[in-house]
Amino acid sequence: MTQDKTFGSRLFDIVNYTLLGLIALIMILPFLHVVAGSFTTAQELAQKQFVLFPTVFSLDAYRYIFSTSTIFRSLGVSIGVTLFGTLLSLFLTALMAYGLSRRDLDGRRVIMFLVVFTMLFQGGLIPTFIVVKSMGLIDSLLALIIPSAISAFNLIIMRNFFMNLPDGLEESAKIDGAGDWGILFRIVIPLSMPVIATISLFYAVTYWNTYLPAILYLNDNAKWPIQILLRQIVVLASGLSADTSGFDESFVAPPEQTIKMAVIVVATIPVLLVYPFLQKHFAKGALLGSIKG
Amino acid sequence: MGQSAVTSKVSIGGSKPKSALLRRLVKNRALYLMILPGLFFFLIFKYIPMFGLVIAFQDYKPYLGVLNSPWVGLDNFRRLFEEPMFFRILSNTLILFGMNLVFYFPVPILLALMLNEVRRNGFKRVVQTLIYIPHFMSWVIIVSITFVMLSVDRGIVNEMLAAMGLAKVNFLLNADWFRPMYILQIIWREAGWGTIIYLAAMAAIDPQLYEAARMDGASRFRQMWHITLPSIRGVIVMLLILKIGDVLELGFEQVYLLLNSANREVAEIFDTYVYTAGLKQGQYSFSTAVGFFKSIVGLILVMAANWLAKKAGEEGIY
Repeated sequence: MTQDKTFGSRLFDIVNYTLLGLIALIMILPFLHVVAGSFTTAQELAQKQFVLFPTVFSLDAYRYIFSTSTIFRSLGVSIGVTLFGTLLSLFLTALMAYGLSRRDLDGRRVIMFLVVFTMLFQGGLIPTFIVVKSMGLIDSLLALIIPSAISAFNLIIMRNFFMNLPDGLEESAKIDGAGDWGILFRIVIPLSMPVIATISLFYAVTYWNTYLPAILYLNDNAKWPIQILLRQIVVLASGLSADTSGFDESFVAPPEQTIKMAVIVVATIPVLLVYPFLQKHFAKGALLGSIKG
Repeated sequence: MGQSAVTSKVSIGGSKPKSALLRRLVKNRALYLMILPGLFFFLIFKYIPMFGLVIAFQDYKPYLGVLNSPWVGLDNFRRLFEEPMFFRILSNTLILFGMNLVFYFPVPILLALMLNEVRRNGFKRVVQTLIYIPHFMSWVIIVSITFVMLSVDRGIVNEMLAAMGLAKVNFLLNADWFRPMYILQIIWREAGWGTIIYLAAMAAIDPQLYEAARMDGASRFRQMWHITLPSIRGVIVMLLILKIGDVLELGFEQVYLLLNSANREVAEIFDTYVYTAGLKQGQYSFSTAVGFFKSIVGLILVMAANWLAKKAGEEGIY
């Protein structure tokens, strides 16, 4: 596209690019500050104010947080829940989305309505808690997965993607004698990698970031995922929070700023590691759903 | 035996469409099997809790269960409206919601307008990548970073204030700072991600419109105002309705993490109240009534907003 080269238009570009660059920088700066702070000593942080570049490099904070088994246990829980949860969610969502994407299916509209309605109205915290409790899931890691196994939003995105695949593919597969399972796993899914990547990212991030289900359903500290540990170390240890229940003895002394920063980094890194690989897919995949949804 | 065989024969002969439906059900049995686990999920974890709302009309005792707990009619709702805390929670909720609409909602639109004007694709992609990142961080991480940066003791913001000769501010223990902090965190986490849908709508605008506008000598601002914005009006209205539907879903996690005894007056909202009163203090029925009230108001608001949008000639969400 040719752009006009008037003075006003150029000025517009300069201001626009500068502002956007600044905004992007401001959004990422707090995190970079925390990363930088986690790699220095507590003294350095206390004496010299710096935003990004400490003069002393130190791994003390990481050495400290990895000196107890607490953080390994939490990371293990989070990794396990994320891997298993994402696989299960993806499987259940893809199956249901494919079934609902087939135009010739009786009852499809009723089921879709049931799904969409849950986005507008829900039973809420206590009734859901009672259901989860009556299923014996309290203090089970499955409580972090099963009650949130399918997101209606992700289901709709995936269904819309499946519906937009050319009909001819299924027809010709049927003529070749493929059943519905065969069509789904051998034709539809291989063609749907952008949406599969997107939805995997959404689910994985949700499971990694899981917080509310953990404080609702888990009383046993040994099963706490990393987010709960992070809350303990940073939020509760500041002595500010309303809720000081279940304080873990190993972190009673208010931790140094650098230690808090290191825990933040550890809790964030996995998301940031996966993000660039899936990033090229997800905007496209997310759109397919949101425009039609 | 003989008679049932006769009737079934009659019914087969008598209702062709029914047997055609049956045949389709059998033919598609694999598809139903695929839907079944998901359907069970929605019934168990979404619909049973909806019926579980009946405990709002009971004096629910865990050892009696939903079926045996005594009925108390509207007592819990009566208590709700008599509770002095109720009006504070209601006004806190509405104020945070209003701030969301006024301060957050326009930000992704503005950002998308700016990004849409960028012609260098490399620059655009870098900016997008960076501003999407906070969306993928949990509220615990967002709040933790805020705490670390704003703490009075060695937080970078307060150290900078001190270096400039200003007094330190205890942002985290100050009721006046709760609302600005809340809305800034939301903008930080969601504004970038919120641009995606607007950018997509803008990408669908016919380039010839801009061509023609330039011929007529329209400046970049006029092109934005007269072409880009009107073209995405439908999307803006749709997202506004969805936002209104979220009126009372202000985010339990974020508010609960920020909540402390110093800011409870302004920070307590329906969700945090339900959690504290219900699960921490065991007032199951009362807090379910609070939650029920909230859900109903939310549902009514989204339906009203949708109705208004349709009246105004927009598409609405359903």
